[in-house]
Amino acid sequence: MAVLRPAGEFDTSYASDMATIRQRWQWWLLLAFVVALYALPFYASQSVVALVNRIGITIIAVQGLNLLTGYTGQISLGQASFMTAGGYISALLVNNLGWPFFAAMPAAALGAGIVGLLFGLPSLRVKGFYLTMATLAAQFIIPWFTRNAFPKVLNGAQGINVQVPVLFGIEFNTPQRYIYLTLTVLILTTIVAHNISRSRLGRAFVAVRDHDLAAELLGINLFKYKLQAFFLAAVYAGIAGSLAAHQIRHINSETFNLIDSVMFMGMLVIGGLGSNLGPIFGAIVVEMLIEGATLFGPLFISLFPSTAAGAVQALRPLFFGAALMLFLIFEPRGLAHRWQLFKAAWRLRPFSY
Amino acid sequence: MTTDRIQLRVDNISLSFGGIQALSDISFDVRKGEILAIIGPNGAGKTSLLNCFNNFYHPDHGQILLDGRDLTRLPPYRIAQLGIARTFQHTALYTGLSTLDNLMAARHIHMKAGMLASILYWGRAHQEDIAHRRVVEEIIDFLEIEHIRKSVVGALPHGLRKRVELGRALAMEPRLLFLDEPMTGMNQEEKEDMARFILDVYERQGMTILLIEHDMGLVMDIADRIVVLNFGQKIAEGTPEEIRNNQAVIDAYLGKAGVK
Repeated sequence: MAVLRPAGEFDTSYASDMATIRQRWQWWLLLAFVVALYALPFYASQSVVALVNRIGITIIAVQGLNLLTGYTGQISLGQASFMTAGGYISALLVNNLGWPFFAAMPAAALGAGIVGLLFGLPSLRVKGFYLTMATLAAQFIIPWFTRNAFPKVLNGAQGINVQVPVLFGIEFNTPQRYIYLTLTVLILTTIVAHNISRSRLGRAFVAVRDHDLAAELLGINLFKYKLQAFFLAAVYAGIAGSLAAHQIRHINSETFNLIDSVMFMGMLVIGGLGSNLGPIFGAIVVEMLIEGATLFGPLFISLFPSTAAGAVQALRPLFFGAALMLFLIFEPRGLAHRWQLFKAAWRLRPFSY
Repeated sequence: MTTDRIQLRVDNISLSFGGIQALSDISFDVRKGEILAIIGPNGAGKTSLLNCFNNFYHPDHGQILLDGRDLTRLPPYRIAQLGIARTFQHTALYTGLSTLDNLMAARHIHMKAGMLASILYWGRAHQEDIAHRRVVEEIIDFLEIEHIRKSVVGALPHGLRKRVELGRALAMEPRLLFLDEPMTGMNQEEKEDMARFILDVYERQGMTILLIEHDMGLVMDIADRIVVLNFGQKIAEGTPEEIRNNQAVIDAYLGKAGVK
């Protein structure tokens, strides 16, 4: 589909043709949106703020997965394990070495990135299904490591308690405060993801995804770019893991587990693979669904009083599974694609072509 | 335009898959600034030979020298960086990218922005993108594909895809251009367009072109020299006139009626 531009607006330079935000009103709209997000604690209830906070952290993890799976085409089921790595690294740096959180989080990102790099090494030899299996290994090895290695430091299966981040004497100890951290990091990761997707790096990623043979024969070093994708995905996971661990104030081997990895993949499919809006749409929709399942619970019990509370727990995976199936059947390219179609239809109004 | 300087020397190349001998002792030279066509029946080993040049297939023995440098030990992406570009028999575009981005992706080898510069996309990386956009736009202009500049190539018809693929190869500004059946599945008009583009590239830029094609009339028209393969062996080499009258080629490929 060709890109539709509003009538009467002409570009006079390549820079303006390539620009993301093209009109003044778009800047204002963006500004208003960001201000509305930052002002959230002033007009929304604590549970809404906590939900937005959780969605924000999830989006960061899914953005990383999108770089690896959506753009580079390497399906990974290890994203949550890299969150574990990032969470532990940042927790240990703060707890044991007394680092401030704002130094520990970048270090955790880098550390998780290096762990991701290691688990990306099989991509030299295997691809597709087999590579997915190799990434699954990360999901078993890393939690096993945290349970069994260095019991004095990592405290085995019990996990460790994590301190609250402090900046300029402000303790980020409530969702209303923590959300400023999450939003700021989220804006940065979104800008970075967008820059990657429109630059030389992003084009190389998509080339690897769409036709690895042609990419290699036309000058792209496959292994180098696959590894960079694994690294970046794990960096994003490390950031998300660090943010989540410091918010929950605890981390153990099961804080981020295989189910989370699968959920991230599901969010990406629902949102749209290989689109920067995909992770945002996907994480919002799935988290809202899960929240909806929680709200639906009491109603469910009043309708079927004989069922145990366990049935309510089962509602979440049921909602998620049903949503995923429906999307795969009716909108396999995700909400981001639907959004493109909607924008095109809006620009073409009142004509249909 | 043809010079006597040898650009690519194929020296005694053999290739086998298990028990099947795909290529046996192939030798020929590609001179700088010529159009050399490789013809032969299906399964003769034409595409396998191209894949050897890219070192995607590793020949059992023999050497391939680009301006005196052996290619058989280099990884495929390095060979592309040395100035060899190609198109594929079955188009192999980056289907999720627009025409523009397909060509920009081919500029990869001429661009420098690393991971960090790409992430920041500020200053140098941005300027670099604009500079290369300019080069790419010239190629888009030359191939008359302006109208599909921002269309995702996965949605384009076959004829246009072939043209975009030629554009992608040209965007690499190669010394040597391999075209693997650039006109398959095209109608007469599209074939003529494509032939015109190939001749234009050849005349304007003096690019050396190695062409695999089945349309004999066309090959005889545009090639300077022809190499004929059959069952992995070179059975003839020469000017179109010589090939047309070569008995071995007539028996193996052209047939009695031949090309008049």
